[in-house]
Amino acid sequence: MSNVSSNAPSLRVAIGACFKRELVVAFRHKGELANPLIFFLMVVIFLPLGISPEKAVLAQLAPGMIWVIALLATLLSLDGLFRSDYDDGSLEQMLLSPHPLPWLVLAKIAAHWLVTGIPLMLLTPLLGIMLFLPTQGYLPMMLSLFIGTASLSLIGSIGAALTVGLRKGGLILSLVVMPLYVPVLIFGASAVNEAVDGFAFGGQIAVLAAMCLAALVMAPFAVAGALRISVNS
Amino acid sequence: MALLQLNKFTCTRDDEPLFVPIDVSIHAGQIVQVAGPNGAGKTTLLRSLCGLFDSYEGEILWQDQPLAKARFEFLSQLLYLGHQPGIKKSLTARENLQWFAGIKGAAQTLNVEGVLAKVGLAGYADIPCHQMSAGQHRRVGLARLHFDTSPLWVLDEPFTAIDKLGVERLESLIEARAKAGGTILLTTHQALSFEGYTTIELEKFSGGANV
Repeated sequence: MSNVSSNAPSLRVAIGACFKRELVVAFRHKGELANPLIFFLMVVIFLPLGISPEKAVLAQLAPGMIWVIALLATLLSLDGLFRSDYDDGSLEQMLLSPHPLPWLVLAKIAAHWLVTGIPLMLLTPLLGIMLFLPTQGYLPMMLSLFIGTASLSLIGSIGAALTVGLRKGGLILSLVVMPLYVPVLIFGASAVNEAVDGFAFGGQIAVLAAMCLAALVMAPFAVAGALRISVNS
Repeated sequence: MALLQLNKFTCTRDDEPLFVPIDVSIHAGQIVQVAGPNGAGKTTLLRSLCGLFDSYEGEILWQDQPLAKARFEFLSQLLYLGHQPGIKKSLTARENLQWFAGIKGAAQTLNVEGVLAKVGLAGYADIPCHQMSAGQHRRVGLARLHFDTSPLWVLDEPFTAIDKLGVERLESLIEARAKAGGTILLTTHQALSFEGYTTIELEKFSGGANV
């Protein structure tokens, strides 16, 4: 207290602090954490009731359906990604940290993926059984969701950052993010379909991974820029 | 050399100036109160100084350099306490302060209990902030002032929701801080109890409002 000097900031500590905080907050709000998962589960339970309980029909639909639901479940969780930080002023504090904002943002996105994308992926074997997903589809399904949900979190966070300043941003968020999700959905679902039909699915997974890496490199910067615009009001 | 200098500075909304342009230079060790009626742009002024709001006219110099150029240096020397103190309600006081220390690079030196005791919250370290009263919630935010060593403090309405004793303590902290060479910029509607601070009076801009 006696000396007035600038602190020596450490980027590693700052990223760790953001990541840890995000996880702790997520686990304090267990309801929000479970929300996308329950949505995921419910749609899959309703599908056989609404369409047909027949094995042949469901097995045909399963790969695409699971992917679409996973995508919508992720979308459902995006709105809150920056909302509470914006409301309680901690977003301003992140912007005013001497550390590069893209890194801090990346820590937040990584935590988001860990609490939404990964649980969705872990839930798929169960849903696969409920929808009679053919055996050879499980590995590509989990692999494509593992990589794909990371892309979904990264891309979605751009939309979340752009709309955080709006009071009712939910609809616009979906409109902004949906077109960007299309390629991920196409390659993710087709990887599973190919595998089910007995073909190699390595190409689709490679494209998914490439999209994920591109998003990993670019999204944090886009998010950081979008956040600065959102706070600037 | 002035720490912070504003030349013909005014914030704008929809291309209308908010207040009559001001020329100010702020030096190290100074306490500056920004005063003015509601809606004159006190908060907006502080936000644009910190780089959170960029719709302004005139220039901001940080140690004789345009603020945009000296951004990293500026940010590593700044503590900003806004209207919303950045306290997450679902986290405990300890977790909140640890995050602040983490992103500001003061994690090693942070003694949570000691810092909370200084703002009258001894024993509250592990209570979630949503269980606290408005004043206590504010005090968790103010606790940052007791471990952050940034030379420049920008405080927006720091006395809101704080009781009399708390205000006294905060005032003496600010005074001691300035004596040690720190610079404090704050907005408040009440007069400060000590001597030797400067006041910037913001006047609402009315000239040409309807042109």
